[in-house]
Amino acid sequence: MIFLRRQLPLVITFVTGVLFTAQYYVPHPRSELMLTEVTKWLQIIGGFALVLGVTSLFHIHAVKIRRKEPGWGYSLVLYAGIFGTIAVGFSYSFAAGQWVNGKETINGIMTAFGWIYLNMMVPLQGSMFALLAFFIASAAYRSFRARSREAALLLIAAVIVMMGRVPLGELLLPVSGDITQWILNVLNASVRRAILIGISLGAIALSLKIIFGIERAYLGGGKE
Amino acid sequence: MNAEWGMMSAWREARGERLWGRIRPLALTLPLVCLSALASTDGAAMAQHALVSPQNLRVIDTPSEAGGGLTVLWSKADYDAPDVRYQILIGEGAEKKVVAEFAADSHYVRDLKWPWWSRPDRPEAHQFNLRSGRGLELKNGTSYTVAVAVVKGTERAETPPVQAIPEPNWVNWNQMNNLLLVLLFGAVVLGSIRTAKQRDIFLRRIPGLDAVDEAIGRATELGKPILYLTGAGDMSEPSTIAAAVILGRVAKRVAAYETDLLVPHRDPIVMAVCQEITKQSYLEAGKPDAFKEDSNFFITTDQFSYTAAVDGIMLRRKPAANFFMGSYFAEALLLTETGASTGAIQIAGTDSDHQLPFFVTTCDYTLIGEELYAASAYLSREPIQVGTLRGQDLGKGFILVVLVLGTILATVGVLFSTDWPRIVLDLFKDLK
Repeated sequence: MIFLRRQLPLVITFVTGVLFTAQYYVPHPRSELMLTEVTKWLQIIGGFALVLGVTSLFHIHAVKIRRKEPGWGYSLVLYAGIFGTIAVGFSYSFAAGQWVNGKETINGIMTAFGWIYLNMMVPLQGSMFALLAFFIASAAYRSFRARSREAALLLIAAVIVMMGRVPLGELLLPVSGDITQWILNVLNASVRRAILIGISLGAIALSLKIIFGIERAYLGGGKE
Repeated sequence: MNAEWGMMSAWREARGERLWGRIRPLALTLPLVCLSALASTDGAAMAQHALVSPQNLRVIDTPSEAGGGLTVLWSKADYDAPDVRYQILIGEGAEKKVVAEFAADSHYVRDLKWPWWSRPDRPEAHQFNLRSGRGLELKNGTSYTVAVAVVKGTERAETPPVQAIPEPNWVNWNQMNNLLLVLLFGAVVLGSIRTAKQRDIFLRRIPGLDAVDEAIGRATELGKPILYLTGAGDMSEPSTIAAAVILGRVAKRVAAYETDLLVPHRDPIVMAVCQEITKQSYLEAGKPDAFKEDSNFFITTDQFSYTAAVDGIMLRRKPAANFFMGSYFAEALLLTETGASTGAIQIAGTDSDHQLPFFVTTCDYTLIGEELYAASAYLSREPIQVGTLRGQDLGKGFILVVLVLGTILATVGVLFSTDWPRIVLDLFKDLK
């Protein structure tokens, strides 16, 4: 049992880790084929894992409804949404004269399933994304208050960059465009690259630790 | 000039008009004959050069590729100029067709992006890479006949045909510097781990990780749950693995305090892995009974649906501490700003550099980039983990030296129009 829970995953991790690190340096079509095959395996495993995920979702919300926890009404909406969409996805489209089978349009005719996606899902996603503009404004307001020297510097840089990015700003302060480019291309890009170098080294070190079995916490346990 | 003319007149007078009459035609015609002879020699030479076919033609299978490519190489010629053109001809048998035509002063080996150790010829030689596409299909294992022709005005000279077969390659030599540096870095990390086992290594303070205990303590005092997000990535991303590893450390402390832990997921595989990690942490903390199977739960893979759900949890359950670890996209600010509005202590850690400004402005503490990967070592303080941090620092030091050296060498190369700095610069080129 310990072998199955500990040693076997470590062996699989080591072998696949070394194999796919080497794959990066092998341009042969067989190497590409191997990568494609394994990617398919991952998709299949992902499909099975989705069953786990949906089971977890149903379980959590079933418990909420049963216990009448605060907000249990939303769980009912979730169930209605899931089963309603599944039913519509498998329904018969009289307009198109065939079964929907999860298609959004059939011969150019929008199905009920497509209607749900286009008129409910897309606007809801758009609304969530649109909130971002307001959240940026509120976050910027809190951050750009010049309470310290650093915050003041941030405020000045932000004002210049904002002016340099809009036509009106450049009209009022013509030099803002050039300063903005300098801030973005020199200050911002150099710091970003420094962060990326650190991230890359961290990611390589973590990968090495995992491949060589030094880091085992992802297996559900610490050192052993 | 006048003085010379005067001397000439005196000499003429002295020798007599008759002698001058004899040599005058010779004196006038000799320079003309010489000039015309020179001119005719030049013309003949030019005509001869224009007609000479390209020399030292070689056709090789394009190295470091998956096949389907041939590289044509030939020597630089004296007539290389913008008005002279090269033609590349290829065919499966004796019949060939022109597949490319370009100015003779282009397509040099030095123009290739290949590093010096995989260059197939001298930098000043000509090259052309033949590959499938635009009316040409090169099949692996098939023999092709290739020739190069030079065209100048109406003149044309073609090389004898050369046979070549494209083959898939097993090694990408262009990326060998990459492999070498990874192996070097790996050796440094493993060496640092060995050193860390023998003596203590100093770890600089990371306020974001020091605040983990504070956040958990605060949640316990307030009797509110802790919300932990593992990001948008799947289990193949190092940042998600790092987030899962940190979850293990956080869960251990949460278990000790017996505080509620909520871990909503976007990826079912990450959820399954995190469930195991959390369970093990509760076991290690000696509180297996406190573990709740549904502390890790799946919401959806859809970005904004997930965001809406987590925002809802934040507003309804009012967690005292929010952890945002892993990689994030546009949802980052929507999540953290909502969290900030509930008054929760927020700790973020991400390698998504484009989202860092949002985390920095809305969270109390942010682990920037590599600190996310260092978190596991920092929280555990295990020598084996701390050693990897030292390895990373040595790697950064090395890169810093390379950056300075590379800048100097690249500048020298440009200032003195010299090629030798590329010997060093190519070693650090195209690192991924």
